Amino acid sequence: MGFTSSNQHLLSKIATSLGHGEDSPYFDGWKAYDKDPFNLTQNPNGVIQMGLAENPLCFDLIQEWIKKNPKASICTAEGVDEFKDIAIFQDYHGLPEFRNAVAKFMGRARGGRVTFDPDRIVMSGGATGANELIAFCLADPGDAFLVPSPYYPAFDRDLRWRTGVQLVPVPCHSSNDFKITKAALETAYEKAQESNIKVKGLIITNPSNPLGTILDRETLRTLVSFINEKNIHLICDEIYAATVFTEPNFVSIAEILSEDIACNRDLIHIVYSLSKDMGLPGFRVGIVYSYNDEVVNCGRKMSSYGLVSTQTQHLIASMLLDEEFTESFITESAKRLATRHGVFTRGLAKVNIDCLNSNAGLFCWMDLRRLLKESTVEAELALWRLIIHEVKLNVSPGSSFHCSEPGWFRVCFANMDEETMEVALQRIHTFVHQKETVVPAKNKKLWRSNLRSLSFSSRRLGLDEVVLMSPHSPIPHSPLLRAKT
Amino acid sequence: MVINSLLSVFISHCIDSNYYSNSLRLVIFRSEMVFTLSDQHHLLSKIATNDGHGENSPYFDGWKAYDSDPFHATKNSNGVIQMGLAENQLCFNFVQEWIKRNPKASICTVDGVTQFKDIAIFQDYHGLPEFRNAVANFMGRVRGGRVTFDPDRIVMSGGATGAHESITFCLADPGEAFLVPTPYYPGFDRDLRWRTGVQLLPVVCESSNNFKITEAALEAAYEKAQEAKIKVKGLLITNPSNPLGTILDRETLRSIVNFINQKNIHLVCDEIYAATVFTQPKFISISEIIEEDIECNRNLIHIVYSLSKDMGFPGFRVGIIYSYNNAVVNCCRKMSSFGLVSTQTQHLIASMLSDQEFVESFIAESAKRLAMRHRIFTRGLSQVDISCLKSNAGLFVWMDLRRLLKDSTVKAEMALWRMIIKDVKLNVSPGSSFHCSEPGWFRVCFANMDDDTMEVALRRIQTFVLKGKEADLEVKRQRWRNDILRLSLKPLRYDEMTMTPRSMMSPHSPIPHSPLVRART
Repeated sequence: MGFTSSNQHLLSKIATSLGHGEDSPYFDGWKAYDKDPFNLTQNPNGVIQMGLAENPLCFDLIQEWIKKNPKASICTAEGVDEFKDIAIFQDYHGLPEFRNAVAKFMGRARGGRVTFDPDRIVMSGGATGANELIAFCLADPGDAFLVPSPYYPAFDRDLRWRTGVQLVPVPCHSSNDFKITKAALETAYEKAQESNIKVKGLIITNPSNPLGTILDRETLRTLVSFINEKNIHLICDEIYAATVFTEPNFVSIAEILSEDIACNRDLIHIVYSLSKDMGLPGFRVGIVYSYNDEVVNCGRKMSSYGLVSTQTQHLIASMLLDEEFTESFITESAKRLATRHGVFTRGLAKVNIDCLNSNAGLFCWMDLRRLLKESTVEAELALWRLIIHEVKLNVSPGSSFHCSEPGWFRVCFANMDEETMEVALQRIHTFVHQKETVVPAKNKKLWRSNLRSLSFSSRRLGLDEVVLMSPHSPIPHSPLLRAKT
Repeated sequence: MVINSLLSVFISHCIDSNYYSNSLRLVIFRSEMVFTLSDQHHLLSKIATNDGHGENSPYFDGWKAYDSDPFHATKNSNGVIQMGLAENQLCFNFVQEWIKRNPKASICTVDGVTQFKDIAIFQDYHGLPEFRNAVANFMGRVRGGRVTFDPDRIVMSGGATGAHESITFCLADPGEAFLVPTPYYPGFDRDLRWRTGVQLLPVVCESSNNFKITEAALEAAYEKAQEAKIKVKGLLITNPSNPLGTILDRETLRSIVNFINQKNIHLVCDEIYAATVFTQPKFISISEIIEEDIECNRNLIHIVYSLSKDMGFPGFRVGIIYSYNNAVVNCCRKMSSFGLVSTQTQHLIASMLSDQEFVESFIAESAKRLAMRHRIFTRGLSQVDISCLKSNAGLFVWMDLRRLLKDSTVKAEMALWRMIIKDVKLNVSPGSSFHCSEPGWFRVCFANMDDDTMEVALRRIQTFVLKGKEADLEVKRQRWRNDILRLSLKPLRYDEMTMTPRSMMSPHSPIPHSPLVRART
């Protein structure tokens, strides 16, 4: 896969840099999974994929709806008369019914507490495209966004790779449940100032990936004050909005804006998608929603690089305009996520493994700090490789999310069926019992021989190198690769 | 006073963009925008506040006119007929028949819904294997089976629009340049330059030799860049050509391959109109040339493709990058995350394009219908002595209205264009928007309307020309009487050309409520 040195000058700097984030020691996990994928009947000893934040829990509901609504498709006998008009339509404003439907859905996902203006709905190539687009709109090469850590690893690619924009972390700590504090924001901002880096905005993910938590009203108001004071943008990635499965209710930035708060609305932007809330990542429905008219106009022009297929716009429009369906979908999805989350966290608790208390997302933020040899990234990676090769679970190590404390792991629980979940829990139980009896500091010989049997890179991992390989596996024939963690 | 200071802020901001003169016109034209822009000036990026999107141009008169008064055979028979949109609407009945017979191609039919979950969940940027196979197969059939394409080199993108941007990001750094023969598709100015910071340098082609790309023109453009200390990274050709509708002959293609190999620069071939070749001579793809006895570094060869023109599916955003350079395939594949094709659409296209019988008959039938349209239209034009560049491909003709110009200037061309919009009520595309070096040429699309509308359009043109002939005679008499020659032939200098209001407003109408605005000319 490496390029020859003659390619080096033939291609651009962007093409020959590592900004895509895939060259990292982390693809051990993906390799292991691809080589040996779990299958309940055909390969019960294979690696179980728990590194993919997917939401397949409600496909039965969607499929039922589709069977009952043949006109939503331009390929059914009932819908094919619309084929031509839909196939020909390439206006970057998008189908009006699509924008209406998405605006409506976004409102329903927030319990009807806010409404969204269809004219501010701008399409993009998934949330991946949306994040890149907003970066192009708001920042010049060399400018920076602040981003609270731990954060979704692909931000490094989406916000930086082709834009030349930098990311400056705002570290959050377990001591206060990883809340974003004003002090941390101020420190990060000042650090940037001292390095002569111009900060153009702050990007938050709410609900959080990888934490699964939501921001409380106080924190949100603090963020709004902060960005207004500094006159920088606030980008809110609300891609997990409808995965909130239990109290407290999700508070969107859109709600904060409608409250009594001094805020320059030109600074507020929302990134959204149907990939997580509806489980439709393949359809590439990315949305940029900005309260800034210029950003809407500019974003709309840029959307030409990643419009949503009109075939898909048409389907989504029909589906999301059906209020009965969306209400029951949102409710049922939350219910099933709550159940899964409950089963998984209880199973972990049985072996005294804690997760950060969370009420959203498709994953848990698992605390394995006590299983670390020492509180270092190396030890975390060593534990991770153990988990992949011996427990045969592909989970995601906290360092890949730029977490400042080693020992945390993100574990996805929604992307598998119940039986597989049981197997995964059993394996974790077994592993923890083994480790607890084997690990005491005295038994270093056994520990070391375990480590030796693993092959891992001894590279020191600096901040820039710590990027989780997004599941764009370099292995060309893997049938089950996903584009987004 | 306030306006002046805002103006100077705005102007100084635009100095590093190429739209200096155009921006001035814009500022005077739409002063209310200046206020907004200066507020946003420091808040937004340079990319967001420059004109690189290409839409602020006096050309949106044509779109405005169409949008405010769109032709309709029964409801608005005096409205403006849209002839500025290169769409292929001729074969939809064909496609719809196939769809009715193949319910499994959709994940929403009773026959196909069991696949819904697997398709909706699949987000691998390699794309569905069957999709890649089908596209590779189709590309080969379009070239008469004379070449085959490797499915593993098929990379997705957000339409050809996304393909061009991605390939540019991959091959060139900000400030570097691509050579591009004129006249060319106006959207290239946005797609290749806006967010990438790459420049486009024209390779001037002229009517004297039917706008062929000559070695001399290539060398001249290359040297000019060298002198200006601009690093040329590649040459972009569109074959079949938009707006000319012609195909490159073997000799020209070989000469181009020699040129890029000699300079060690890339060759990006936009073959988006490949299947619109409706009569002899046959289309010759770059993929055929490199299989012949010719010295070529394959790492320099890349093809951009799409289903928007050949199949008439612009809404589906099926853009393809096909590169013979492995590193480029890998890089563009990673970039494709920013504009993957919806798996719902991948699935449909995969089924459709792996049906060999359908593919063969579609290609043949589409060519037939295009040939007929082209024949009717060019005949109708020749009846009033309007000639078009001889062409055998594309969805448009390159119409020669030079003799109707007051003088051979862009200004006169624009005046004629405004007349055609306002009086003839046709939205056609003036040659200057394609950076044509000679005023008086217009691109007229013929495949985006039904037969009756075409007839109306022809009648209007014929009426206009005949009226114009009358007026012409009168003017000639006047001139003889006064013995004043009013022709001023001003050859366009290089810099003038880059500064003329060249970008046709891509049909991203700033009019927010236009229902029929298209994303690509």
